[in-house]
Parts: sequence; C-alpha cells; structure tokens
Amino acid sequence: MIRLVPRSEPSAAWTYLAPVFAVALTVAAGFVLFALMGYDPVETLYHFFVSPLSSRYGVAELVVKATPLVLIGVGLSIGFRAGVWNIGAEGQLTLGAIFGGGLAIWLHDSESILLLPAMVVFGALGGALWAAIPALLKTRFNVNEILTSLMLTYVATLLLSALVHGPWRDPEGFNFPESRLFPDAGTMPILLDGTRLHLGALLAVVAVGVAWFILSKTLLGFQVKVVGAAPRAARFAGFSQARMVWFSMLLGGGLAGIAGLSEVAGPIGQLVPEISPGYGFTAIIVAFLGRLHPLGVLFAGLLMALSYLGGENAQIAVGLPTAVTGVFQGLLLFFVLAADLLVRYRIAFGSSPEAKAA
Amino acid sequence: MNAPTPRLALSGITKRFPGCLANDAVDLEVLPGETHALLGENGAGKSTLVKIIYGVLAADQGEIVWEGQPVTIRDPNAARKLGIGMVFQHFSLFEALTVLENIALGMPGERDMTALAARVKSVAGTYGLPIGLDRYVHDLSVGERQRIEILRCLLQDPKLLIMDEPTSVLTPQEVEKLFETLKRLAAEGCSILYISHKLDEIRALCQRATILRGGKVVTVCDPRTETASSLAGMMIGSELARPTPRDQRDAGAVRLEVEDLDLVSPEPFGIDLKNVSFSLRGGEILGIAGVAGNGQIELQEALSGEVPVEPAGAITIDGQPAGTLGPAARRKLGLAFLPEERLGHGAVPGMSLTDNALLSGYGPKRLLAPGGVIREDRTRAFAEEVIERFDVRTPGVEAEARALSGGNLQKFIIGREIEQRPTVLIAAQPTWGVDAGAAARIHQALFDLADAGAAVLVISQDLDELLAISDRLVVLHLGQLSEPLKTADVTAEQIGLLMGGAGTPAGADLGSETAVQ
Amino acid sequence: MSLDPVILALITIVGAATPLLLAALGEAVVEKSGVLNLGVEGMMLVGAVAAFATAVGTGSSTLALLAAALAGAAMALLFGFLTLTLLTSQVASGLALTIFGIGLSALIGSPYVGTPLERLARLKVPGLSDLPVVGPLLFSHDVLVYFGLAMVPVIAWFLNRSRAGLVLRAVGDNHEAAHAIGYPVIRIRYMAVLFGGMMAGLGGAYLSLAYTPMWIEQMTAGRGWIALALVVFAAWRPVGILIGAYLFGGVTILQLHAQGGAMIDIASQYLSMLPYIATIVVLTLMSSGAARRRLQAPACLGRPFHPTA
Repeated sequence: MIRLVPRSEPSAAWTYLAPVFAVALTVAAGFVLFALMGYDPVETLYHFFVSPLSSRYGVAELVVKATPLVLIGVGLSIGFRAGVWNIGAEGQLTLGAIFGGGLAIWLHDSESILLLPAMVVFGALGGALWAAIPALLKTRFNVNEILTSLMLTYVATLLLSALVHGPWRDPEGFNFPESRLFPDAGTMPILLDGTRLHLGALLAVVAVGVAWFILSKTLLGFQVKVVGAAPRAARFAGFSQARMVWFSMLLGGGLAGIAGLSEVAGPIGQLVPEISPGYGFTAIIVAFLGRLHPLGVLFAGLLMALSYLGGENAQIAVGLPTAVTGVFQGLLLFFVLAADLLVRYRIAFGSSPEAKAA
Repeated sequence: MNAPTPRLALSGITKRFPGCLANDAVDLEVLPGETHALLGENGAGKSTLVKIIYGVLAADQGEIVWEGQPVTIRDPNAARKLGIGMVFQHFSLFEALTVLENIALGMPGERDMTALAARVKSVAGTYGLPIGLDRYVHDLSVGERQRIEILRCLLQDPKLLIMDEPTSVLTPQEVEKLFETLKRLAAEGCSILYISHKLDEIRALCQRATILRGGKVVTVCDPRTETASSLAGMMIGSELARPTPRDQRDAGAVRLEVEDLDLVSPEPFGIDLKNVSFSLRGGEILGIAGVAGNGQIELQEALSGEVPVEPAGAITIDGQPAGTLGPAARRKLGLAFLPEERLGHGAVPGMSLTDNALLSGYGPKRLLAPGGVIREDRTRAFAEEVIERFDVRTPGVEAEARALSGGNLQKFIIGREIEQRPTVLIAAQPTWGVDAGAAARIHQALFDLADAGAAVLVISQDLDELLAISDRLVVLHLGQLSEPLKTADVTAEQIGLLMGGAGTPAGADLGSETAVQ
Repeated sequence: MSLDPVILALITIVGAATPLLLAALGEAVVEKSGVLNLGVEGMMLVGAVAAFATAVGTGSSTLALLAAALAGAAMALLFGFLTLTLLTSQVASGLALTIFGIGLSALIGSPYVGTPLERLARLKVPGLSDLPVVGPLLFSHDVLVYFGLAMVPVIAWFLNRSRAGLVLRAVGDNHEAAHAIGYPVIRIRYMAVLFGGMMAGLGGAYLSLAYTPMWIEQMTAGRGWIALALVVFAAWRPVGILIGAYLFGGVTILQLHAQGGAMIDIASQYLSMLPYIATIVVLTLMSSGAARRRLQAPACLGRPFHPTA
C-alpha cells in the first residue's frame, strides 16, 4: 500500500529535481515504447533527442518551434498561478493570426516599417479579445472558463478556415485555400542567415523577461500569486479575484495572439487553414514543466520544441510515426504532475503507523 | 450516593494535548433518565470530555464504566453499539440529499427505504420532531437540520444522548421545541448529557450539573436550586483576574462608529448581524465578548471590509463612511485587521515572511515604488522590524509562514498590523495559542497603540483577557450586541448572564426571568 | 426502398447524439462521485481507435466494443491513479489525459488511416423493422444506440433509487462526512471513474464503428468537451443528458443539411460553429446566479480527498 505523508515544508531539492525526474522518466518510458514498437531504442532516442541539434540549422529550428510555445506558456503560467484555467490558447493563437494577418492582407501593398509592429499589436488584440469572452463569462456569469475557452478554439479554427476558403483567398492562388503572401514589410525579419530563425524569438525572450519582472517584482504579480495560493488571504489583503481573472486571461490571450501572428508572419508567411500543430495545447505542458515560472517556461519550451523536432527527425531516420511526439508530450505531463507531488509529500510504503485517527 | 447503577460513570479522565491539559482527572456520573448538564466556559474541557465518551478521542488516563461494566470505547461505532448517541454542534449532513437519504446513510444495514421512512415517521411523531422526509437538507433551517441529527440518534434507541451546545444556533421557538423532545426522552428513561454554557437553559432542563473550569471539575450541583448568577460565578470563577488599571486618559475623538449594521450571513451556519451599533474613541480599548458562533466571524468580515455592507454610513472610520469600501480602501483610512484564522487568512502559508509582510503592509508602510514595483529592501526591513519588535522566533525573513509555530506566526501577524500604526485596529483572538510571555507582550503593544491615540477593538472568547485589557465590554449574542459596560465595574455574574443572552432582545425571555429572581 | 429525407435526417440525429449520450452519461456518474475528469475527449479517442483496430483485426464487433470499453477504462485508471492515489490536480490531470489520448490514438491509428470498415450492424427486428416510418426510425439501429438509450433509465435508477447510488452521491456531496460514517471514498471514486472511462470508450467506438466507419486522427472533434458541457446542461440528470444529446445531435445534423442542401447561402464553417457556440450559450444560461444553486453541482467536485490530512 502506497501512502502519501505530507512534508512539514516543501522540499527545496525536489522543487528543482521534480521536472528533471519527470523528463528522465519520460525518456525511460520512450525507451520501453520504442522497444515494444520494434525499433532500436538507443538509436531512436538518439535521433529523437540528439541528432536534431547537431547542426546550426537544427538549433535554429529548435528556437523557431520554441518561440510560440514559450510565448503562450509564459501567459498560461501566470493564469495557472492565479487559478485561472485558460486552455483555449490555441484559439487565441488563431485569432491573433487572423487579426495580425488580416492587417497584412489588407495592406498588402504597404512597405511601411510600421506594418509589422502594427501586426504584432493587432495579433495581441485579437488573442486578448478572444480570451476576453471567457473572462467576461467567468466574472459576470460564473461560467467555467475551461469549457468556454476550449469551445472558442473550435470556433476560431473554423473562422480561419472560412476566411481562407472565402474572402481572404489569394486571387492568384489557383483556388487553394490560402491567403496571398504577406508583403516583406509584414514578415518577421530573419535573425540568422540560412535559417528560419525570426524576430518572434526575441519577442518570446522579452515576454519571459517582462513576465518574470511582473511576477517577482511587482504588486500585480504578487496579487496573482496570492489569489491563486490563498483566496481568503487575498480577500484579507483586498486583492480582487475578478481583476486577476481579467488580467491573466487578457495577458495569456494577448501573448497567444502574438504567438499566432509570429507564426503566420514568420515561418508560414501567409494565412492557411492549419497554422499550428497544437502549440496552444502543448504550451499547457510547457507551463507545468516550467513549474509556472517564466524562466522555467523558457527551458521547458525548448525541450518541448525538441520533441516536435525529434519526432520529425526520427520519422525521417528510422520511420517512427510522428504521432509518437503526442504520446511523449502526454506522458511528460503525467510525469510532471506526479513528480510535483514529491515536493509536498513523501512516499511511504506499508500501512499507517497511527493505529487510530485522533 | 443514589440507589440505581449509573448509566455512565467516568473516573479520573485525563487528556493532554501539546501545551495544554484539556481534562484533569475528571469524574462524571450520569444516572438513567437523568438530564445532566456539563457546564463551563469555552476551553473548559467540555468538548474534549464528550469526545472521549463518544470514542472520537482516547483518554490518556482514567476509566469509563457503562452500566456497571468497565468499557473501552475505541471509536464512534463502538459508542453507538453501547447505546450512546451524540448530536454535534456542527452537523455532518449531506446538503444535496434528502432528509430520509441522510438518515439512511447513517444506518448501513438499512436497505428498505419504505420501511425506514415508516420508522422515522413514527419516531418523529413520538418525540415531536416533525420534518419532511423528502425535503433537501440545503433547504432546511438549522433547527430542522438538528432534528435530522437527533432522529439519526433516536433511531438507534440510545440509552445516553449527548447534546453538544444544541441551542447555540437555534431560535427561541426552536429551543422550546427541542426541550419538549428532550423532556419526553428523559421521561422514557434515556439519559441526556447536555453541554452548554447557557445558564437558564440548564436550570430549566437539567437535574444535575457538573461544572468544569480549566479542565477540572469545580463542583456538582443541582442547577434548579441555584440562580443563574451563582452558576455563572462557579463557571467563570470568583477570583476574576482584575485588570491592571491603565492610566485613565482623556478619551479622544470617535474613530470607529458602527450604526445599525445589519448583515445577512451568506453561510448556511452563519449568524445574521442585527442592529449592531457601537462607537469607539481614540485611546480606548473595547472588548467584544461572547461564545463562539454568535456572529463574531460575520462582524469581523463586515468591519474589515471583506464583506462590504450597505449603507456606507453603517461603518464610519475617522468620520469617513466606509461601509461599502473593501479592505484595501479601509486600510487607507487607517484601519488594520487581525483575523482569527492565521494560516490562509492572515497569512499565505506557502509564502515567506517578507511576502507576508507585504500582504497588508504595502500601502501603509509605503512598500511600493511608482508603477507598483515592490521595494524589496523596505519590505524586508519591515519584516525584520516586526520580527525583532515582537520577538518572532524564525530562522529568518525567508522562512515560509507555515513553518512557524502558531504562537510565533500570531506574533508576526499582529506585529505586522500594529507596526502599520493604524488609527483603528480590529483584533480577533489576539493571544490565541501564544504563551504567557508573548501574550503579555501583545497586550502591552495594544496598550501602547491605544495610548498613542488609536482605537482598539478586541474580539475574544477569552474573558480573562478582555477583563484585563479592555476599558469597556460588550457581549455579542446571536448577532446582537449588549449595552456597553465599564470593565472596572463589571462582575462575572453579569458577563455570564449576558453571554447566555440576557442582555439582548433575542435572549430577553430567558434573561428577564432570571433578573427577577 | 428510398427514405423520406426527413426520416433520414432524424436517423442521422440519432447517430450524432449517441456518442455524446454515452460519454456524458458516464461523466455524470463520475462527477456525481465528486471527481471532475476533463479527459473525456482523450478516453473517447482511445476507445475509438481500440474499437477500430480490433474490428479490423478480428472482424468481431463484439470484441471491438469490448476493446473500446477496456481501453477507455484503462485510460480512466491512469487518471484515477494520478488524482485519487497521487492527489494531483484533477483539472491538470484531465487535460493531460486528453493530450495523451490524442497522441496515443494517433500512434495506434496511424496504420489504419484509410482502412475501410463495414459499419456496425443495424439490428433488424423481423416485421417491425420493415414498417414504414416507424421501422427505420425506431427499429433499425445498432446495438450502441439501444445501449445508450437503455442506460438512461438504468443510470437514473442507480443514482436515485439504489443504495449504491445513494452512497455515490453522498461521497460526491461531502466526502469527509461519508468517510466519517465509514464509506470507502477513494474506492467508490475509482469505480465511478472506471465506469466513466468505459462509457467514454464506447462513445468513441460509436464514432469509428458506426457514425463514420473509419479512423481519422482526432475524429472526436471536441465531442468529449461537449459531453462535459452536456453534463452541466443536464444538471447531472440522465434524462436531461438524453434531451441535451439529441438537441446537440439535432444542431449538428441541421447544420450538415443546411450545408448539403445549400438552404442558406453561408460558408459551411459558420454553420459548423453552431454546436460549439450553442454549448457556450447553454453553459452561460445554466451557470449564472440562481440557476446554479438549483443545479446541485456535487459539492466536492474536483476537490481532492486525503483522509489522513
């Protein structure tokens, strides 16, 4: 019989070890999984985790994929800290792409250097607007934000599909469901020649820095933490829970919107029906793996990006189905959640020493 | 002394908790058909003793004899098998289920709901406990909920029924109904152990009373031949700790004015505040006495701003209407608040003392730079100042609040509020769980604050504390306040009567009766 | 024999409603015990792919349904171990279950993309099935449709009339009190969670065996989440879930027909949004203010239970 014995205080060592432990367990599970599927586990793990990083281009691709994950993960981690479960970041990402991308399509002749900044602002607005719907429903009508933000994701995807099949379809695009290509002024500049590494990566780093500053240095961040950790103490201090819902939803939505915009204005370069392989959902894992800390999210984002990259690489190298990536990500989140327990509890075996409850 | 074998006899029951001797060699004897009162102040050890009888707690020493046989009661199930039933002060009912379902869940053997319903109906009829079996608990009044608990016990044919403060949340009409039921039960031979501090009830209902004070039996008497005043004297003790008189000061201006404050509690077990009015001047310490659960929590929430009240004028802080303001805005007016619950309310358990200093101190102590940026040096200095001035034992300012002992955390929280130099301080249970030295330090800090011109309101269940530190006393009973009394002139009897409801309209029926005698 | 288009539409409503009905009925039992499992989508997907792979591999629809129920239960067991034994956050673990389920089903299903499968057999009742209108409408469905409909009164009876159901509701309403009386809170919750997993797995199986007899990645398309919303809509009552599932089925089919028949000149995507928007509207109506109290959400929903703490 396994029992959980609460620790008198959280284990400092496990606070840092838990994510590492979870990653190690995931790799071990991958070893077993690959072996069961009939692949050489060592070779497959190598192609999954090591060889993608053996070239300059590979490292740049890692950052390209980490960019949206970190942008979204940072916003979600602030929300999760406040006890706000925004899981519709995928939809907010899509709306960001629609708003920012829409601007580029509308001003497709523009050569202004202000176009790209305006697109970023529009992207943030689009994502924030989409997140405002669950925030409003939560604060006004007490509607669970999990279900509403998720439903809005499907609506957002359909909206994007309707636009690129309809009014925003490229007039010279042979009827493909794609918008016209964004003008150069509306495209993220490449930071490293010969790669796809673009300006969005810098935006992600800035987001990490700003979020870290807010969380650890300002009263606003303090309010987020108190509302999430001890709602009654928050009331005592006079911190408003509704304000925290609004703040974390708008921030999370805005950052997801920027992530969406930087995808369509970056590697994609136009609006297409599918602009994300589920970055909005994977960012949930990123947030937890990073222990809801902005710097942790940065590392976790890079690691999760590696799982996408590794999945593609292993498919090419040994023919591993790309779906393995999804399994890996789900397993990792399980292990992260379970390992987190070791911070607050220790595991004991055998029956309870107290014969009788007092 | 009596011919019949006692149904229950306790001898030498001792129970020790860390830092406190809850029961000290307690003897108790309950005869068949007797209604026996267990009388004492909060903390006298009544609840501990009945929990031992009901098998919830195990005694460290002593013997329990049930109908002449020594027994060990390992758990509530064993108690029920012997024929002991207990109605707790707070009921453990299932809100979303019906009355009948609640009763059925307590009787694991009972499968046939129709037969059970018939039995419940017959028992309910016999003892005058009318209740709709298909009604949902969440729709029921507190009195009706209590009836379910009593029915649950009666269905097991108890020989001893323990009632823990059964009337503390009942209306006078419900109390009357309950008494009829209990009298009928006693007439049929069931023994009743009745725990209360309400003197008139005990005089009306019980044949004998065992009076506890500080975990010891003071005396056993026949309450019918005593007056409420003499019972109160035995319960509280004649040697009242008289206040060390503070230098009389000129009372300052009115700093906190509460006028006709009404508040309907949102909680199912809550108490509504009715017509609460008092005023508090600078330099003055006002004590609010009363038994727990008479509206203290609600009053604290209304005064702190955690539950804003209408109209704004119901609460005035330094001449500013503040009823509709939240806690932060009231703090700007000079209010500080020490909540009863430390972890999770007065402090965030998983945060450092520095962060917890910030929790309420960010405004008054100017811990923020423009733009809401935390001034870490000042915050840390503030935390260190509190730790030093109030002798908080902690490894340092980075220790988590939950790592501190209760007493040290209490010192930290009250220090945090006092060091903000409030003009009005609301302190609930300021010395609960702290040792004597720390309590003296806290009391001195309250004196100093008052001497500096602040108005101090202390809400406490510790009567000795209130008598020692407050200039005036009021008693809270069922959400209403008594007239204020000067602490210097007050007697234990007076306070005991007021705590039993003699000074407020809700308790007037019982109170006036005693006043005549 | 050609069918009246109206009857055809009604039959397809049954198809669209059945997976929602199955999954939501299971989740209602889970939530009544006080556990919020947000992993319905993941359990449905794994159930769908397990059923499809088994049907292709063995040719037996009985085995396929069994596999779906077992696969859903296995996923639920994972969730139960995390939340009930390891006391992890139910919300986060439910999300993890869905993410894992999406990945796992895609992995298992990758060899089956494009594989054809014969639809789950419709049960014919001699005589009755051949009746006009009534025959195709009532007597020509597959076993899962009838199973789902039968489960409505069964679960209603279980929750409201049986002793075990009473204990289950008590655990969901006040786990401390239930524990104090002596009911095994954790064991009861495990059983509820497993049942919910089986029902979600069968709901998924309906999609891959009957509704569109093939395997497509993420073929549930949010139905697991809609099922969660349905439970709230129905105020945890089986009959309410039945009504809700058929209403949503109706909305789904209506928009499909509107698209197909070009009754309205509007992009199909906007019509496809309807079920999701309807879900949000319904949730808002059901969650606000006074209605919320009437709903009687289980009081312990989502709260972890640690008896020694």
